[in-house]
Amino acid sequence: MWIYEKKLQYPVRVCKCDPKMAKFLLEQYGGADGELAAALRYLNQRYTIPNKVIGLLTDIGTEEFAHLEMIATMVYKLTKDASPEELEAAGLGAHFANHDSALFYSNAAGVPWTATYIQAKGDPIADLYEDIAAEEKARATYQWLIDMTDDPDLQDSLKFLREREVVHSQRFREAVEILKEERDRKKIF
Amino acid sequence: MSEQRKIDERYYKLLEEIQALDFVLVELNLYLDTHKGDVQAVKQYNQFTEKRWKLVHEFESCYGPLMNFGHSFSGFPWQWTDTPWPWQV
Repeated sequence: MWIYEKKLQYPVRVCKCDPKMAKFLLEQYGGADGELAAALRYLNQRYTIPNKVIGLLTDIGTEEFAHLEMIATMVYKLTKDASPEELEAAGLGAHFANHDSALFYSNAAGVPWTATYIQAKGDPIADLYEDIAAEEKARATYQWLIDMTDDPDLQDSLKFLREREVVHSQRFREAVEILKEERDRKKIF
Repeated sequence: MSEQRKIDERYYKLLEEIQALDFVLVELNLYLDTHKGDVQAVKQYNQFTEKRWKLVHEFESCYGPLMNFGHSFSGFPWQWTDTPWPWQV
């Protein structure tokens, strides 16, 4: 089961109301390489992955939910003081018509999240390679987002998230090596 | 009905200290997931777990429970539903 902790993994502060940046950040909320996709991908794959890497998938999948909450907090803080006119000017008019100021799992272009973003092949190497690719794509997205804002507080939180993608990618690469080593050992004996 | 917890400078200070310890613990945790035989890392993990336990106790005695479902104690009336929630601070 999961237990909720009433705190963010890392502080999220913003300097100003910026609905345009909030729209771009949705890419990491409900986008193909976003945090929701990451959490659901890893936590679903873990049931059929070899025992040696179940712990890693469980822990990284859980951490992704903490990242999802950080992105949600950014979007919430960047839009909470925006008027409908300001939301519309920021390209969030269609979002406002459907959701008011509520968050929704869509990407920056407004496309709703879909399970077709993620895969579970049952082949541990194929699954882990997908996971490594997902982390690298998310890292690249965070870099574009950091480049798109001049808000130093927002950049600080985004840089933390970018670094987490690097660490996750590294750990998944180690998981691949652990499985390869196990496979080779089985051939010898 | 939910009440607003008092939020002062110490709230942010303690919270950031917990977040800093959590960073160390998450890092050690994921590292140990792929390096389970590293005795130094396990030792560090347990040391920081103890530090965190003490700091969380200090935070919760002032600002209410960080966790629900029996993982934190509550004062009366029930404190879990009190604001602020994490995105409100």
